Amino acid sequence: MEKQLLRFYVNDQEYELFINPKTLLVEALRDHLGFTGTKRGCDTASCGVCTVMVNGMAVKGCSVLAVQVNGMNVTTIEGLEKDGKLDPIQSAFLDEGAFQCGFCTSGMIMSARAFLNETPVPKDTMEIRRGIEGNLCRCTGYNSIVRAIDAVAKGKYRGVCDDSK
Amino acid sequence: MTANKYSVLNTRVHNVDGYPKVTGRATYTFDVKLPGMLYGKILRSPHPHARIISIDTTEALKLPGVKAVVTGKDTLGVKQGIWRRYPELCDEQILTIEKVRYIGEPVAAVAAINEEIAEQALDLIDVRYEVLPFVDDPMEAIKKDAPMIHDGVERNVNVTRHIEWGDVEEAFEEADYVREDWFKLGGQAHMCMETRAAVASYTPDKKLTVYTSTQSPYYHQALLAGVLGLRESDIRVIAHYVGGGFGGKFELDAAQFCASVLSMKLSKPVKIVFTREEDFIATKRRTPMYYYVRTGVKKDGTFCAREARVFTNGGAYTGMGATALYLTGFFHSFPYKWKAYRYDGYRVYTNSLPSTSMRGFGAPQAMFCSEQQIDWIAADLGLDNIEIRRKNAHTAGYEVPGQATIGSCGLGQCLDRIEEWIKAKGTLPKNRAIGISAAGFMTGGIFNWFDSPYSFSSAVVTINVDGVVELHVGAQDIGQGSNTTLAMICAETLGVKLENIKVHSGDTDHCPADLGAWGSRQTLMAGNAVKMAAEDAKKQLLEFASAKFGYNIIYDLDIKDDWVHNVARPERGMNYVDLVKEALRGKDGQRIIGRGHYTPHRKGMISPAYSYMVQAVEAEIDVETGKLSIIGCTTAHDCGQPINTLGLIGQLEGAASMAAGYGYLENMPVEDGKVMNPNLVDYKIIRAPDMPECEIIEIDTFEPEGPYGAKEAGEGLTNPTAAALGNAIFHATGLQMKQAPIMPEMIVNAFREKEKGGGTP
Repeated sequence: MEKQLLRFYVNDQEYELFINPKTLLVEALRDHLGFTGTKRGCDTASCGVCTVMVNGMAVKGCSVLAVQVNGMNVTTIEGLEKDGKLDPIQSAFLDEGAFQCGFCTSGMIMSARAFLNETPVPKDTMEIRRGIEGNLCRCTGYNSIVRAIDAVAKGKYRGVCDDSK
Repeated sequence: MTANKYSVLNTRVHNVDGYPKVTGRATYTFDVKLPGMLYGKILRSPHPHARIISIDTTEALKLPGVKAVVTGKDTLGVKQGIWRRYPELCDEQILTIEKVRYIGEPVAAVAAINEEIAEQALDLIDVRYEVLPFVDDPMEAIKKDAPMIHDGVERNVNVTRHIEWGDVEEAFEEADYVREDWFKLGGQAHMCMETRAAVASYTPDKKLTVYTSTQSPYYHQALLAGVLGLRESDIRVIAHYVGGGFGGKFELDAAQFCASVLSMKLSKPVKIVFTREEDFIATKRRTPMYYYVRTGVKKDGTFCAREARVFTNGGAYTGMGATALYLTGFFHSFPYKWKAYRYDGYRVYTNSLPSTSMRGFGAPQAMFCSEQQIDWIAADLGLDNIEIRRKNAHTAGYEVPGQATIGSCGLGQCLDRIEEWIKAKGTLPKNRAIGISAAGFMTGGIFNWFDSPYSFSSAVVTINVDGVVELHVGAQDIGQGSNTTLAMICAETLGVKLENIKVHSGDTDHCPADLGAWGSRQTLMAGNAVKMAAEDAKKQLLEFASAKFGYNIIYDLDIKDDWVHNVARPERGMNYVDLVKEALRGKDGQRIIGRGHYTPHRKGMISPAYSYMVQAVEAEIDVETGKLSIIGCTTAHDCGQPINTLGLIGQLEGAASMAAGYGYLENMPVEDGKVMNPNLVDYKIIRAPDMPECEIIEIDTFEPEGPYGAKEAGEGLTNPTAAALGNAIFHATGLQMKQAPIMPEMIVNAFREKEKGGGTP
C-alpha cells in the first residue's frame, strides 16, 4: 500500500511521518516515535492499556489509524508531566498506590485525566468507575485507582500541582 | 491497634518503583528494542493430539525478510520441566519433535525483519500430521480405553498425591452426620496485562542475554541453560519491570525458548511477544478440578473426619501442576482441626492446554468446596455458620499431623470481627445475602523440587560513602511490591531513612539467586535475607562507632532515623552519613558490605508460617436472569505485622478482584481441546464498576518466623472469595452451587430445577 504523509502533534511537538496507512495510532507512537509509555495488551480494543488523548478525548490507540489523527493533538503519558512536575492524577496514583505491575497504568492515567477533564465534579464514585470501565487492571482491583481519581476531583491537589488542564 | 513502634515499617510510603510507573518511563520486556533486532513468531498445532509426520520449511525460508526457521530438530530436544528433581515429570519439549498434545503447542518458529513477515512465513511452513484420537476431560482420560497421551503413562495419570492422618474410618463412625458432594472447578487465565514476552540476544562468545517477563529470573537462567546447553552463568536474565505474573510466569515458556534458539542460530537479537490469543490458548492456566468431598461431623458441629478425592485436569504437561495437586489437598483441610483426614489426588494428562499454579495455588478450588459444604452442613444441623467454624478453627501452636506446625494464628479474632460486622449490617433486602468463608495460606513454600543449590533467598547490602545503600536481591517485583517491602525492611533494620535505599533486582548478572516470586515467598524469605544482610552491615558500622565514641562497652549503640547513638543516652551520637564516611576511611576505603540469606530448615512440609483470614461477601442475585452483583466485600485478615501499608491494601483488593472473577465471571470453556473464548471480549474479568468497596479489618499477630513478625498477604486472599460468594447465593436463595465459576445460566437452571421440586444441581 502506498505510504502517506501524516503530520500531527504529540505532546505539543509537531511530527511528520511517512507511513503505511494501515498503521495504527499506537504503532505510530510506539514503533515510529518511541513513545513506549503507551502499551498494547489485546487485539480487540478491550483492555485500554493503549489509551491516549486525542484533542483532549480518551482514545484507544489500537482502535484508530494513525492517519486519522492527521493535524490533531495527541497526548501520551510522556506528555502529562510538565517541566518535571507531575500531573495531579500522577501524584494521586503515587499517593494512593493506584498501580502494581504498572502495565495498565499509562492507559489508566490517560483515561482518568480525560475523564476528569470532562467531569471535574463526578457525582459519585460509580461515575468514576464508569469513566474507567474501558480500562482493565489485573492487579489492583481498581479501588485504589478510584480513590486517586476521587482525591483529584475533590481538589486535594489544587495548589499542590497545576490542575488547570 | 497500638501505636506504630517502627520508623519505616507499617507506614504509608510511595512504591519505590512508582515514579517510573506513573510517568511511563518503566521499560518492560514488551518495550525492549535492540539494534538489529529481529521479530519471531511461533507456528502452533491446530490439533489437540497428532503425530508429526514431517515439517517442510523450504517455502518459508524463501520469503524475503525471513532470516531463520527452526523446528524441534534444530534444538537439543531436551524434555524440560520445573520439577527438576523428578526426571519423569520433566515432560515438555518446547518445539515438540514427535507429537503435539494440545491445540496451540509450538511446532516451529520464525525470525524475520518484522512481525508481519514472520506471520506470513508461518503460513508457508508445511506440517503434515497424523491426527490421533484425543481426550480433554480428566474423568475420560483416566479410563482404561482412553488415548495414551505420553508413552508409558498408564491411564494418563501424571502424578498422584496422598495425605492422611488419624483413623478416618473410625472418625466417620463417631460422626452423627455425614455429607458428601461432588464439585467441578473451572480453569482461569492468569491474564497478565503484559503477555509472555522475551528478547534474546546471543553473541558468538557464547553469552546469551534474555530480557523477559518473569517471576523468577534465576529459574529461567537455569532452565534455559538446561535446554540450550549453556552454562548457567553465561546466561543473563533481565526483568526490570514485569507486567504481572500471578503464578503463570515462572516456568519456561515458548517466547523465551524460541527467541533464544533463533538468536543462537543467527547471533542476532530476536524478540517474541505473544498475542493475547496465544496467551490464552498456549500458556498454562489455573488447574480445573473435580472434587469429591465427604465430611462427618458431630451433632454439636465438631468436625470428625473428612475424605477428599480430586481429579485435576493436567492438560498436556506437568508444569507446576504437581505442586498444585499437593497444595489443594493440604489446604482443603484448612483452616480446621480434623481428627482424621484423607486426601487422594490424581493429576490426569489431557489433550488441552496445561494447567499449573495460579495465585492461591490450588487452595481457591479447595475452599470453594470445603467452605460451602460447611455452610450446608451447618444449615442441615441447625447450627450457626460462624460458631461451627470457631469450634474447629486452627489455633496458634496447633500441629497439622505430619504436615505443619501453626505459629501465629489470628483466625479466632477474624471470626469474631466478621461476626460483629455482619450483626451490625442488620437485615438485608430480598435476594441479597452475606456469605462467609475462612481460609489460611502458606507464607513461602519450602519446596525445592527445582533442586536449586542456592539459598532460597539472598541479599547483599552495600553502603556507599554518602550513606546510600545498594540493596541487591534476587527477589522479583512483579507488581506485588517486593522492591518496596524489602527496601522498607532494609531501612528499618539499618535505622536509616527509606530514601537512602536503592533496590537492585531483576538481573541475574548483578543480583544473588532467589527462587523468585511464587508461593508467597518474598516477604518472609527474601525479607529475612534482607534483614540479615542489613544487620550484618549495621554491626560493622556500630563496631566502628563503638571504637570512635569510646563509651563503656556495656552500653548499646543503635541507629534510628539516620542517627547513630547510645541507646541509654539517645542525644549522644552522630549523623549516620558522617559515620559512614569515617568508617569507610577506617576500612582502607572499602565499602561496607552485609550479606544475608534464608533457607528453611525443620519448617514442616509446607511453610514456615501461615496467614489467616475470614471474608464476608454481600451479593445480590437477580432471580430472573441469574446475574450476580457483589455489593461489598469485608475481610478480617491476619498477616502478622504489616510492613508496607499501602501495598498491603492493594494486594488485598487485587486478590478480591481476581478471586471474584474466578467466582462468577472468568469462565474458560474448552471444547474438543479448544479454548472457546481466547480474547478479552469473550473472556470477562472484573471491570471497575463490578468491583465492590473492600473493607479490611487488620488482626494483630506476631509471627516468630517472619521478619519483624510479618506473614504473607495478597495470595492467600484469593482463596475465600468464590466460596463466600457461593455461600451468599445459598443464604439468599437456598441454592447450592457446585460449579465454579458460577455463571448466570447455572443459577437460572438451578431455580428451574428447584421449582420442579427436584434437589439442587
